[in-house]
Amino acid sequence: MAKPIDEIRWQELEVGIAVIDPGSAMGYETGTWRSERPVVDKDQCIHCGVCWLFCPDMSIVQAPEGHFEADLTYCKGCGICAKECPVGCITMVPEEEE
Amino acid sequence: MAKQRKGVEVSIAMSEAVAQADVDVIAAYPITPQTHIVEHLSEIVASGDLDAEFVPVDSEHSAMSVCCGSSAVGARTFTSTSSQGLALMAEIFFITSSMRLPVVMALANRSLSGPLSIWNDHTDTMMVRDAGWIQVFVENGQESYDNMFCAFRIAEDPDVMLPLAVNFDGFILTHMIEPIIYEDDAVVKKYLPEFKMKNTLHPDKPVSMGCFAMPELYTEAQMASEAALQGSYPTIVKAWDEWAELTGRQYRPIETYMAEDAEYCIVTMGSYGETAMDAVDALRQEGEKVGVIKIRLWRPFPFDDFFAAVKGKKTLIVMDRAISFGGPGGPVASEIKSALYKQDDAPEVVSYVAGLAGRDVSVGDFKKMIIEGKDRAESKDTQGFQLYGLRG
Repeated sequence: MAKPIDEIRWQELEVGIAVIDPGSAMGYETGTWRSERPVVDKDQCIHCGVCWLFCPDMSIVQAPEGHFEADLTYCKGCGICAKECPVGCITMVPEEEE
Repeated sequence: MAKQRKGVEVSIAMSEAVAQADVDVIAAYPITPQTHIVEHLSEIVASGDLDAEFVPVDSEHSAMSVCCGSSAVGARTFTSTSSQGLALMAEIFFITSSMRLPVVMALANRSLSGPLSIWNDHTDTMMVRDAGWIQVFVENGQESYDNMFCAFRIAEDPDVMLPLAVNFDGFILTHMIEPIIYEDDAVVKKYLPEFKMKNTLHPDKPVSMGCFAMPELYTEAQMASEAALQGSYPTIVKAWDEWAELTGRQYRPIETYMAEDAEYCIVTMGSYGETAMDAVDALRQEGEKVGVIKIRLWRPFPFDDFFAAVKGKKTLIVMDRAISFGGPGGPVASEIKSALYKQDDAPEVVSYVAGLAGRDVSVGDFKKMIIEGKDRAESKDTQGFQLYGLRG
């Protein structure tokens, strides 16, 4: 969506609140929900992609170096990646209060 | 030459109107007293007289869901239900209006359980009063037949795009054989344009419908529904006016009988308007200055028409067909009281609840209610409500 959702006026909504532009979920930054974030030990990561497979929000991406890490704009901090990682290279670290 | 009237059961006439409206999809589950509509439509489709999909669903929840799906692809869609069926539809009922899908429903009004009852009152429709649908009440067979065409015309208008329920009383109308004038298909074709929707579910132009709304959007979405329903009023009036031009039968949001010089009026919705008129005729003979005010358009509530109709009246005696448990009494009376609160010289409002679950309300009962109500208003005894005919 071109406009952030908290700026849309009711008159601008499509009839029936239909979403006519694809990819609108990109504008919804679920990373703000997070209370813990996954931290990956790059050296220990075996590049298997299990975390990528299990992430319910598709927020795990592969870095150019080959290891996997979370896109913190969307990662909700659910911890499934840390739980599923076969070598235990992902640690959930509490987000510090700003 | 006067048009020929045909003696026909109102349910059959309504289903034949739906067929004349060339509906594309019908999804419904049979329930008393709506059954004859659905049965007859399934016969019409099965016999090849109507090129439509009749979807025999497993429940009313599925019926309303199918209706949403078919309407979303741009198909003219019809369903019909009553009472418990409406209750089972309720979840999808609210979604239909939010998604602005112009499904048309014939709602054969019946009391809600419990206790279990199959008879007529308005408890079912009051459950969905605030659901965002256009709600119309009809009084007799001809009005039921006519308003099926008006329903599709209004609901599918690009300026409206809302679901519409035609409320008609179970048994009193559904199972009554009445003389009804049928309109030619040519008249219907002239009146009812082809249904075209802006956004449909189609692979050529994909859209998402019925999405999740965050707190940042829900308020705006609700306002969009409110504005759509309020904004439907001019189209509703125009559709009724154009029907009158074609057929000579005029419908208005608020209709009156002998109300012009009346000092007090009985307010009704639905088929009891006919009995109320008989009672008023009798009371006029006795010198009582009484009239009838009938609410045809329940949602959006036609405030201005209502204010014009009640101007100068001393008393309104409102007959509700449902109770708002633990609340102010009858939903129609409480709405009227609230509407009149800031009006100058507002009439007294006396609230009666009567005719629950098919209990008969005769002309004599109406006369009694009207005279008693007039006395109550004169002695300012207008708080709360009276359950007419209650023993004990």
